[in-house]
Amino acid sequence: MSTTLQNLVNQPYPHGFVTDIESDVAPKGLSEDTIRLISAKKNEPEWLLEFRLHAYRQWLKMEEPQWPNVKYPKIDFQAISYYSAPKPKKALASMDEIDPELLRTFEKLGVPMNERAKLAGVAVDVIFDSVSVATTYKAKLAEVGIIFCSISEAVHQHPELVRQYLGSVVPVGDNYYAALNSAVFTDGSFCFIPKGVKCPMDLSTYFRINTQESGQFERTLIVAEAGASVSYLEGCTAPKFDTNQLHAAVVELVALDDADIKYSTVQNWYAGDENGLGGIFNFVTKRGLCKGVNSRISWTQVETGSAITWKYPSCILRGENSIGEFYSVALTNHHQQADTGTKMVHLGKNTRSTIVSKGISAGHSNNSYRGLVRIAPTAAGARNYSQCDSMLIGEHCGANTFPYIQVNNPSAKVEHEASTSKIGEDQLFYFAQRGIGAEEAVSMIINGFCKDVFQQLPMEFAVEATKLLGLKLEGSVG
Amino acid sequence: MIYQDSKTLLAVRDLHASVNGTEILKGMELTVRSGEVHAIMGPNGSGKSTFAKVLAGHPAYVVTGGEVEFDGRSLFELAPEARARAGVFLGFQYPIEIPGVANSQFLRLAYNTVQAERGKDELDPLEFDDFVREKMKLLEMNPDFLGRSVNEGFSGGEKKRNEILQMALLEPKLAILDETDSGLDIDALRIVAGGVNQLSNKDNAIVLVTHYQRLLNYIAPDYVHVMEAGRIIKTGGKELALELEARGYDWVGAEAEANARASA
Repeated sequence: MSTTLQNLVNQPYPHGFVTDIESDVAPKGLSEDTIRLISAKKNEPEWLLEFRLHAYRQWLKMEEPQWPNVKYPKIDFQAISYYSAPKPKKALASMDEIDPELLRTFEKLGVPMNERAKLAGVAVDVIFDSVSVATTYKAKLAEVGIIFCSISEAVHQHPELVRQYLGSVVPVGDNYYAALNSAVFTDGSFCFIPKGVKCPMDLSTYFRINTQESGQFERTLIVAEAGASVSYLEGCTAPKFDTNQLHAAVVELVALDDADIKYSTVQNWYAGDENGLGGIFNFVTKRGLCKGVNSRISWTQVETGSAITWKYPSCILRGENSIGEFYSVALTNHHQQADTGTKMVHLGKNTRSTIVSKGISAGHSNNSYRGLVRIAPTAAGARNYSQCDSMLIGEHCGANTFPYIQVNNPSAKVEHEASTSKIGEDQLFYFAQRGIGAEEAVSMIINGFCKDVFQQLPMEFAVEATKLLGLKLEGSVG
Repeated sequence: MIYQDSKTLLAVRDLHASVNGTEILKGMELTVRSGEVHAIMGPNGSGKSTFAKVLAGHPAYVVTGGEVEFDGRSLFELAPEARARAGVFLGFQYPIEIPGVANSQFLRLAYNTVQAERGKDELDPLEFDDFVREKMKLLEMNPDFLGRSVNEGFSGGEKKRNEILQMALLEPKLAILDETDSGLDIDALRIVAGGVNQLSNKDNAIVLVTHYQRLLNYIAPDYVHVMEAGRIIKTGGKELALELEARGYDWVGAEAEANARASA
């Protein structure tokens, strides 16, 4: 690879600072006692402790999945602390009571938590290590009946809703990491949009891992009742450490009749250094259930961080005429590895799904798309369109596409398109010969490559995503 | 055309260059003044395309000796994009495809970059659209090309027209057209050559790198050079091209050898 390209793709990570804040950290290790400790610290009802213990017992019997196209040393689950909360942990009545050090952290990250940001009209829930530290705009949302709070709070304030839906889309024993999360999850966001309500603003959760040896296991649950709609945004960063941190989240979405949930993620967890040291292991289960007729769930993700990403935001299309969408940009650089994609499971009649996946690999990274399209015998008239494009930057990276297509209904229609392209020296030379420098050229090529996905993002997020890809790929031109 | 008091645009002195460790250019000499049209001919592997790429600054080619002065400055002190902004244009033999980037966007960025360098006004997308459509008429190009990705899925002839369109937009001082005629049918050749002729004026110069004399039926060169083994071995007027067409290249090499022996 030319030095120009080399420099372009080597950008420092701007979020790698550690906030010096006192934390309440549980002793390392995982056992039923740890789980009881977490549950007790959070003052949880008995049913939730049972949910956790049930998950833990299933997890003990499960094997870590070996099928992803990623390589990493075996994780020592006893060397992780499963609970870390910024001290003091007391209920906060307003934003003013938040530790100023925490506020400064989020200001550095550009997360809108102050009054100025409230004017921008995005409600934000902030998860620091394992605990939700602030949710903005709550009162205003409550006026229209929307519940937006941390999941711990929801467990106490709205136990019937949490109990009804928690684990209904991702069962506790669904997979190794989902089981682990179900056993030890500490916080996350809860969002409930009642019947007929269109959420008047974008809802947003911001995740930050701060402690070196803690894992982050958050749990997000979003329920849209009949005719409701919501657009939800999620952002993530973490400090730089030489060790790996485990992030194993579960996100469950439920859309009832005619409901519409749009879930957008910009994931920028610390990816490790240029030699592959450190970084987040991002092992996440995200799944949406289109339970009602005409419901729609749309996932949009821009994945740029993490040492390893293992993530398949999926849609179960049970309601007739329901729609599932997956739009993804996954960028890997240095020694990052990503095995990501989606699952579209068509159960109902005339269900439709669209998959647009754009993988960008640079450095020595490896980027795989893995996707399942399953048409059940009941899904007459189902349709799927998938498009998976890969772009390679330089000589030492890899891209793979693993599409799994299972069609069990003869009236279904499934299309899959794939392409691979490369930003080569000749392309950059062509731009240069027309007066255009390498940074601008790469940014133009990448934005062109990703535009089908960026179009799906809410405006501010699209701008942020474009900038982030630029940051990840540009630098001093040598 | 040759003008009396024209200034020297390009002066190539004893240029040596190699690719992957193999020396291709071995003592290239060439002087080009403004207003002139030069044709560089020669058999395959004589170094014609290498010469074009070295002038434009392709990173795979390493200059190992000699110097090139362009418009009063040392060419090799400029990065490839700076050379382009200074007025060196290379019409590619195989124009590069750039999927996902709209031709209009690419053309406008290139145009505005060069305009900015010259201290002239940049155009917004609407203004540029009007401007580029005018230029496209010159090459009988369909405006559909603006919405398509740069060179992607273009036929050979369409790619070459897109190159000349870029030349028309960027108004270079020195245009080096590398085998612009290859892959063109007779109509496309006429259109492309017509475009080049309209763009030629007393302040710029054109260097045509070509294999065949047929392009020279449409664009009349002031000088024809024959390259062999990495340097120019014979220079003449446009009648030399006709002679080459009739007799091939071998006699030029033999003659050059005889001359070398005689002067030794």
